[in-house]
Amino acid sequence: MRTLRFLLQKEFKQILRSRSLLISILMMPIIQLTLMPLAANYEVKNIAVAVVDHDHSSYSRKLIDKIFASKYFSGGSYTTSYSAAGKLIEQNKADIILEIPHGFEDNLIRDDHEQIFLAVNAINGTKAGIGSGYLGAIVADFNNDIRQQWVHASRFSDAPAIDIVPANWYNPFMSYFLFMVPGLIVSLLTGLGVFSASLNIVKEKEIGTIEQINVTPIRKYHFILGKLIPYWVLGMTVFTIGMLVSRFVYGIVPLGSIPMLYGFLSVYLVTLLGAGLLISTYSDTQQQAVSLAFFFMLIFNMISGVFTSIDSMPEWGKVMSYFSPMSHFAAVMRMVVLKGSTFHDIMPHFLAIVLLGIVFNTWAILNYRKTT
Amino acid sequence: MDAITLDNITKTYNKGKVLAVDKATFTVAEGEMFGLIGPDGAGKTSIFRVLTTLLLPDGGSGTVAGFDIVDQYKEIRNCIGYMPGKFSLYQDLSVEENLKFFATIFETTIEENYELIKDIYIQIEPFKTRRAGKLSGGMKQKLALCCALIHKPKVLFLDEPTTGVDAVSRVEFWEMLKRLKHQGITILVSTPYMDEAVLCDRIALIQDGKILSIDSSENTMKKYPGRMYAVHSLNMHKLLKDLRSYPDTLSCFTFGDSMHLTFREDNDGNVTRLNEYLNNIGHTNLEIKEIQAGIEDYFIKISEPAHG
Repeated sequence: MRTLRFLLQKEFKQILRSRSLLISILMMPIIQLTLMPLAANYEVKNIAVAVVDHDHSSYSRKLIDKIFASKYFSGGSYTTSYSAAGKLIEQNKADIILEIPHGFEDNLIRDDHEQIFLAVNAINGTKAGIGSGYLGAIVADFNNDIRQQWVHASRFSDAPAIDIVPANWYNPFMSYFLFMVPGLIVSLLTGLGVFSASLNIVKEKEIGTIEQINVTPIRKYHFILGKLIPYWVLGMTVFTIGMLVSRFVYGIVPLGSIPMLYGFLSVYLVTLLGAGLLISTYSDTQQQAVSLAFFFMLIFNMISGVFTSIDSMPEWGKVMSYFSPMSHFAAVMRMVVLKGSTFHDIMPHFLAIVLLGIVFNTWAILNYRKTT
Repeated sequence: MDAITLDNITKTYNKGKVLAVDKATFTVAEGEMFGLIGPDGAGKTSIFRVLTTLLLPDGGSGTVAGFDIVDQYKEIRNCIGYMPGKFSLYQDLSVEENLKFFATIFETTIEENYELIKDIYIQIEPFKTRRAGKLSGGMKQKLALCCALIHKPKVLFLDEPTTGVDAVSRVEFWEMLKRLKHQGITILVSTPYMDEAVLCDRIALIQDGKILSIDSSENTMKKYPGRMYAVHSLNMHKLLKDLRSYPDTLSCFTFGDSMHLTFREDNDGNVTRLNEYLNNIGHTNLEIKEIQAGIEDYFIKISEPAHG
């Protein structure tokens, strides 16, 4: 026990002395959590529409005004021909072309029927889909307005009308922050944990201090604990900073139990540091460790469900995400913060984390033995 | 009792493809200063790492301070000091913090064994708050030695302690080692410098993992068969070529500012005849004198018999 205390003293001294590590631990959560949610926003806004109005009637004007009255569309450019609008798409200055045919108003009044043409730049599939959806809805709305004007009220009411009014549970205002900030905290914490733990152990290998340690009576488990405990404490600190930022910057108050979140986190960190330790046993230099950690972090992030929905992944993606500790913590964070889930609800994730923790740590310790 | 024994220790790397130590056998008596002398890649560090329990040998057995290097590695770790060839203390901790750390993990204090390190520590004490990474090369060596000594080890392993250290610091360092020896600490030291070998009680010459000879440094030098001459002239480059092509030459090597030369057959007329020969082909400022062969001469002799 005494030995462990001295190792911890040494480790904390080194951590507190390393300015770059401290900055990344303290500033990263604050900067990332205040800036990232604003920039990495999945809400589709600012869709640029190029309008080709061949009609120049009061109806076509009305339709265009209606479109730009919406917050989703901006910066309309007006061109006289479809090919000119096509150029704008090529130059990435427009996302959607709206072509209103000649005689739009006349046909609408006379034939009660007219077509308009939409061309969408589908390089960004999400933006294309949502953008044309919005635009379609606006045109439909416009259509209704006209029908109300022209069609006799009594006849109009005959039309079957099922109006859908959705209620958004757990996130009634569909706040992007409420969804994203807890996920970002998980992503941040995971990256920091895996990188710093694996790098630190490999650093001792690279500089050669591990040789000096190995010829002393220090036991291996002392050494490993001496490495993992400081990073466990750091993980807790980063999480706390993240929660404070989300409370005071975004006003997010977890509905569920905060002590339970910390309880889950304390186990999650053991699992995470096990993964870091595992990486360190497979690398001899810090450069190798960074490459390995980067590889795994990228996969963890992609399949974690923080940025994309796990439900829409193919089966193998779902299986992979089960083996990524990050996806479990991300799910638990959102469940507890947004839904106020209880321990009973998060039990499957907790078991998965414990299981992964046992696997990572046992593997790492076995491999650590083998290599030294 | 012998402080260190090696019995046919073999160590291979890359699953047996690289033979680093080939059946090394020697013993080091208690309180002895024993030198492992050999060029880079001879297997010195591998022997150190096996003895300090960092590596398992592939064959053979050995003891350090009476403990088996495989079964009793825990006991060995309590009573040895190891200074690896590469500086391996915590660069981001200060001089004092490093020393304190290594004292505490051996459950001792700096004060308890201060006597042992006093002579050395006093020289780096003015910089005790400086971070180890910011010390000069010589200072780093002194700190590393202090850290290896702080728990009063019975056996001290020094792997090339003076490589990359300036000449003055090297002399100082060996002075320190001598004082440690007087305190009864057994020292196993390796060095690629032959001039340091004479400072050891006994030396083992090692090359390609094989121990070539074990003896005191004087005896090792005396073992040199035949007479050795130092030859000097104005044009040294031409001299080497001429001497090597001289029919009576057995071996000739550049050695500092002269050539070390041996003849196929030692007789009194050798020098005169060589003098004549060299004069005839235009060498000036010629100087030929008989010298005592050094350890390096002997080393070259036994390690490269093909040149003879």
